[in-house]
Amino acid sequence: MKFETPHSVDDAVAILRADPEARVLAGGTDLLVRLRAGHISPSAVVDIKRIPGMRDISQEDGGWRIGAGVSCAEMGEHAGLKAAYPGVVEGAELIGSTQVQGRCTMAGNLCNAGPAGDSVPAMVAAQATARVAGPNGTRDVAVFDIPTAPGQTSLAEGEFITSIFLPAPPAHSSDAYLRFIPRTEMDIAVVGCAVNLTLDAAGTVTSASMSLGAVGPKVKQVDASALVGTICDDAAVEALAAAATAAATPIDDKRGTIAFRKDVSGVLAKRAARIAYIRAKGASS
Amino acid sequence: MSRIHVTTTVNGDAVDYLCEADDTLLDVLRDQLDLTGSKEGCASGDCGACTVELDGRLVCSCLVLGAEAEGRTVETIEGMANGDVLHPLQKNFIEKAALQCGVCTPGILVAAKNLLDHTPDPSEEEVRYWLAGNLCRCTGYDKIIRAVLDTAAEMRGAA
Repeated sequence: MKFETPHSVDDAVAILRADPEARVLAGGTDLLVRLRAGHISPSAVVDIKRIPGMRDISQEDGGWRIGAGVSCAEMGEHAGLKAAYPGVVEGAELIGSTQVQGRCTMAGNLCNAGPAGDSVPAMVAAQATARVAGPNGTRDVAVFDIPTAPGQTSLAEGEFITSIFLPAPPAHSSDAYLRFIPRTEMDIAVVGCAVNLTLDAAGTVTSASMSLGAVGPKVKQVDASALVGTICDDAAVEALAAAATAAATPIDDKRGTIAFRKDVSGVLAKRAARIAYIRAKGASS
Repeated sequence: MSRIHVTTTVNGDAVDYLCEADDTLLDVLRDQLDLTGSKEGCASGDCGACTVELDGRLVCSCLVLGAEAEGRTVETIEGMANGDVLHPLQKNFIEKAALQCGVCTPGILVAAKNLLDHTPDPSEEEVRYWLAGNLCRCTGYDKIIRAVLDTAAEMRGAA
């Protein structure tokens, strides 16, 4: 196995294009586990963290661009990003331990394409896009369209994600992410749920999006229109919960039954909506 | 395949080594630099026994490639005491029996020191969450948490 440290996106693409067996290394918290367990044996590991911009969080058009090498711990320490997208940041900060947090990235979590990836639902609810570099140049793709099935992505040969972009949050908007696990930390989501809301000045919801993780082969976008035109009252969140339960298509496994996961999808939808609503009401921008 | 030449800083000392592309930082520390304080427990980032600081940030050295350390700064348990003078965390772990078999201890000490460097007055909850990625199968954790909290108080001059 070779170890490559390209210093430009073009160099990285050239390496990946020339060698389909090469793997991209960002935080390494999934890649190295699979490497050491013998599940993969790449011809080369391409460390993208030395490419300028990969470790930057920067403002762009009122939104936020997060380099593919930015660790989730760095996101949690960024006051501006946390204020704009508290739900995205809290999802990212639920991955693994303190030690894993110091290395793991949202782009890596997305490309790992695990159905339960904690950073993914809030990105989807935020209409985030991934910037993908490849042999044909650069394209921006909805985060939702990156994973296609467990462990599978829509990235073509030679392509990799260089950054995630969170669009400018509208005034009076915010988000929240919650997951259910049997422990209090260091576990894989049994269900994950993100809600992203925008209110008018009077506190009425004008747009709402919801996304569920771990209840299907990939992250789900769920119709959250039940909240629109409401003040997130009990009847509205009950309707949202019913939509979440109906949309969830989980499997039975050791971490939860189908019935349990569908029920928890509704419970988390209610709770996340209420948190996002309170945050949006309090948000100054 | 030629080996990779890496120049880095470990516990304040300039160090260089040759490693294979698939050697982890933990492999290099233990097998080449004879810094065997960091332990391999799980080799999958779950147990924290290999915890070190990389550019001041806690990482599992089993999930870092040796080649990635080029030009960076690594701090291990071997750099924690000042000569023969133990760090207050080390002293208190001994005095308060916060270790039994000791395999998890280096990783826990490195992680706890990193916490206290940033958060001199952590709550019990903060300590427990911070150390959630450091598994101990002997102590039941209580003495570890108390030793960290007592050390924090001592270092603040509040004990």
